[in-house]
Amino acid sequence: MPDATGLELIAQDLRASHPDAVLSTKYFRDEATIELAPAALLAAAEALHARGYSFMASCHGLDYYPDEPRLGVHYQLLDMPNVDRICLATRVSTEDPHVPSLCGIWPGANHPEREVFDMLGVVFDGHPDMRRILMPEDYEGHPQRRDFPTGGEPIIFTYNEDKLPGWTQ
Amino acid sequence: MEVTRSRLGPARPAEDFRIRQLRARDMLRGDIPDEELQQYVEERVLTTTLDKAVAWARGNSLFPATFGLACCAIEMMSLPGARLDIARFGFEAFRASPRQADLLILSGRVSIKMAPVVRRIYDQMLEPRWAIAMGACCSSMGVFNNYAIVPADKFMPIDVHVPGCPPRPEALMHGILRLRSKIQGDPPAGWRERYGAEGTEEVLGAADLPGTNAINVFQSGETQRA
Repeated sequence: MPDATGLELIAQDLRASHPDAVLSTKYFRDEATIELAPAALLAAAEALHARGYSFMASCHGLDYYPDEPRLGVHYQLLDMPNVDRICLATRVSTEDPHVPSLCGIWPGANHPEREVFDMLGVVFDGHPDMRRILMPEDYEGHPQRRDFPTGGEPIIFTYNEDKLPGWTQ
Repeated sequence: MEVTRSRLGPARPAEDFRIRQLRARDMLRGDIPDEELQQYVEERVLTTTLDKAVAWARGNSLFPATFGLACCAIEMMSLPGARLDIARFGFEAFRASPRQADLLILSGRVSIKMAPVVRRIYDQMLEPRWAIAMGACCSSMGVFNNYAIVPADKFMPIDVHVPGCPPRPEALMHGILRLRSKIQGDPPAGWRERYGAEGTEEVLGAADLPGTNAINVFQSGETQRA
């Protein structure tokens, strides 16, 4: 892990090359996170890749409902020779959920980005194959958003069997 | 209370095989008197209806499709093993093709992406066919009661539901035996009647069969007609 000072040094270099890229840095429980503007994600990722973070360990999406901007995308990067990890975070709104795809740098981002698109509706610009990956292709909505109904069927127990339509009627 | 013991089976003592052979030879020659012939036939011929005989055979030779969905499939897989040994009942031959199977065991959760696939496998099976919903997930969605899972009754007819999470293999065995008694006891209680699906059989109608319009190339002069 880069320590808090190392994180600030990385952020400083990014600020020098891309003035509007870094929104904030966070160092919490030995985890270094750089929050980036969505437009600057690709340039920052390229810079970190050149710096030695050659492996994208994982990519996930989050929904910060009811905070705005709601949707978040996190990339966990790993510098394997130095065993250094860093997290790139970016947040977009549901109205304009566009994030540049990092498939060009790390081809392993292909399927995780499709999963984030499927579950949360974040559109990755420049992705080679932006389709659903888990849900059926004609499925409507993005089920992991916090305002998406859980779905399923009401379960009939003895305390509510007279209220729920079911086998008793 | 006095206990009387009586011998089971025919009243006459058991005959030697040699005697029976000689009796059969006499019968073929016509040397046996009528009453004895009558008794001989009654002892050896079992009468039943063809439907009952067919149902008996069907119920005792179910061929499940090799089809596992989730953790219930692990329990299902232990059924043909040595400990539970469902071969005792004649259900051990899991067929790799749905065309050769007549029982579909839905062993696990069915997601809405998998449901059309399951339905297609069921459609590919030849009739008569049966389906068992094994476990809570494919009967009532179980712990996966969310947007992704669909209960089996919504997209295909189910004959037996086996509850449990997962059901023990003995429970599935019991379910298959219940299905057997259902098949043997009441063969027409199939899914078409229960789901009101009469007339949906996938058979060729008379118009589709090669009939008078077909050309028999082996008949001389027939090819001139074309």
